[in-house]
Amino acid sequence: MNEDKRQAYWRANTGLIRNLLIVWAVVSLGCSILLVEPLNNLRMGGLPLGFWMAQQGSILVFVGLIFTYAVQMDRLDRKYDINRRE
Amino acid sequence: MSVEVWTTLLVILSFMLYLYIGWRSRVRDSKGFFVAGQGVPALANGAATAADWMSAASFISMAGLISFLGYDGSIYLMGWTGGYVLLALLLAPYLRKFGKYTVPDFVGYRYYSNIARVVAVIAAIFVSMTYVAGQMRGVGIVFSRFLQVDISTGVVIGMVIVGFFSVLGGMKGITWTQVAQYCVLIVAYLIPAVAISLLLTNNPIPQVAFTFSDIVPKLNQLQLDLGFQEYTKPFVNKSMLDVLFIAIALMVGTAGLPHVIVRFYTVTDVRSARYSAGWALLFIALLYTTAPALATFARYNLISTLHNHTIQEIQQLDWAKKWENTKLLTFEDKNGDGIIQLTPDKKTSEIGIDPDIIVLSTPEVAKLAPWVIALVAAGGLAAALSTASGLLLVISSSVAHDIYYRMINPNASESLRVMVGRIMVGFAIAIAGYCGINPPGFVAQVVAFAFGLAAASFFPIIILGVFDKRTNREGAIAGMLAGLIFTCYYILGVKFYGMQPWFFGVSAEGIGTLGMAINFAVTWSVSRLTPPPPVEVQEMVELLRTPGDEPPAIDELDEEHLD
Repeated sequence: MNEDKRQAYWRANTGLIRNLLIVWAVVSLGCSILLVEPLNNLRMGGLPLGFWMAQQGSILVFVGLIFTYAVQMDRLDRKYDINRRE
Repeated sequence: MSVEVWTTLLVILSFMLYLYIGWRSRVRDSKGFFVAGQGVPALANGAATAADWMSAASFISMAGLISFLGYDGSIYLMGWTGGYVLLALLLAPYLRKFGKYTVPDFVGYRYYSNIARVVAVIAAIFVSMTYVAGQMRGVGIVFSRFLQVDISTGVVIGMVIVGFFSVLGGMKGITWTQVAQYCVLIVAYLIPAVAISLLLTNNPIPQVAFTFSDIVPKLNQLQLDLGFQEYTKPFVNKSMLDVLFIAIALMVGTAGLPHVIVRFYTVTDVRSARYSAGWALLFIALLYTTAPALATFARYNLISTLHNHTIQEIQQLDWAKKWENTKLLTFEDKNGDGIIQLTPDKKTSEIGIDPDIIVLSTPEVAKLAPWVIALVAAGGLAAALSTASGLLLVISSSVAHDIYYRMINPNASESLRVMVGRIMVGFAIAIAGYCGINPPGFVAQVVAFAFGLAAASFFPIIILGVFDKRTNREGAIAGMLAGLIFTCYYILGVKFYGMQPWFFGVSAEGIGTLGMAINFAVTWSVSRLTPPPPVEVQEMVELLRTPGDEPPAIDELDEEHLD
């Protein structure tokens, strides 16, 4: 892979990581801790929403984020024709 | 059949399975011993990572802690899962591409320095030793409670089992036993949770029942009636800032724990490293989303079965009497009215509940069959043994690979390196067993260390090592030391010397977050004030960033770059 392509690949990768980490922080630190009190005025089933985010929702989002990263990186690897099976 | 017979049977069966797997996966070469030959499929590595990660504490204590802390218990749920996002996005793919055996190995090469390597080795051993002593203790407790052998005998049995498959099979043996242990522990956790969920809400899926049934509103009302705060009310026990700091410290600490990181060295390629982090968290989430449901069910059930009942009624409950014998559940009619009451104040409350009994007593409280109770015992053992074996391998590889092979005897033959590895596993087991039998009084207090120190030492310099080419040896060493020293000072001061938690009241558990920030700041600024790393190292970083190319030729870095 030449230098330009390498840089472009790395920029795409770090951009994706940045976006996913923003979601990570908003969900875990934002919705589940900093904003838990206002969110508790809303409901998720029988639970206050902030409480549900902290004990269920955030964990489900975490799992989703990791698989999203893996799938998106597969796409990126294909685009840059990276031989994935060494 | 009685509970004891079932327990003996299930424990022996599960142990024979672990021994068989250990025997089948015995290894001779160092790559097999330290990183399972780098041939573990993503799904299997996910299950192994989940078992490696979920310890006796996750299995036995966590749901109990949450049921006492309510919302504030979420720090453990988020803290011990959120770290996997950091691990999957920022660490695992690059460390797999690096392709060597240990975390100190990466630190040593990336920062072309044996001093950095030694600091990393010491941190790895310290973190793992603190952790493993608790696991062996957990093994002893499960044995003594369910099989009536004394704790020491239980610990010795645990040592022999772990010793067998980790000495023979190294990482390969550990990996495949952990896969089996995951299956045992998750089944053992889910069956009682499903049963109690059905019993209380008529809904078999604990997560759904927790969210949509009226159990939590009922529990909130019950708590208010008894004078407690609502179960779902945030920041009852800890301030918002403290919750935030502890959650971050646990997340970052999780991502920096060497026994978790090293699991990602064992998969076949970079792509598998990404997916196996996802599988690992999915497997962990199965238990971690069940735990808060179990916590509320158990709390509701305990309060409604025990509160406002007469002593005679309670003594007719078989499980209550059994747990009373262990002193983990206590009743005392303090105001002499013949009725047992639960109150928020310890001085007037007539029921004393140890958090550890929540998970272990659920099957009995829910009147489940004896074999389910036995299964929970086997599950607790699986959780403790799988974590212990992962930790022991980190200790062994730190000494055998990083100290002995890399620094003392670089000409050691394959068989000699594996031999030293096996001896070190044996040695580490002996120390861990000793600590399990004679637990140092401060074990519970030093657990804060493991996460705080992992957060303040490894995490920043590994991230900067990949994402910032300018970070150099001087910066990394200064950063690691600054993070470690500050965090140690604060934890020791607060826990042992009565120091006020002067940083806005942040507790010792959460201070690793600040230690991490200090490490980042020091590493970054010192790196910019000192010469950049050698060209070869910068090229290596470049190669780490692209999955497809040849693995970095680090062995060609000659000795003069290693001080």
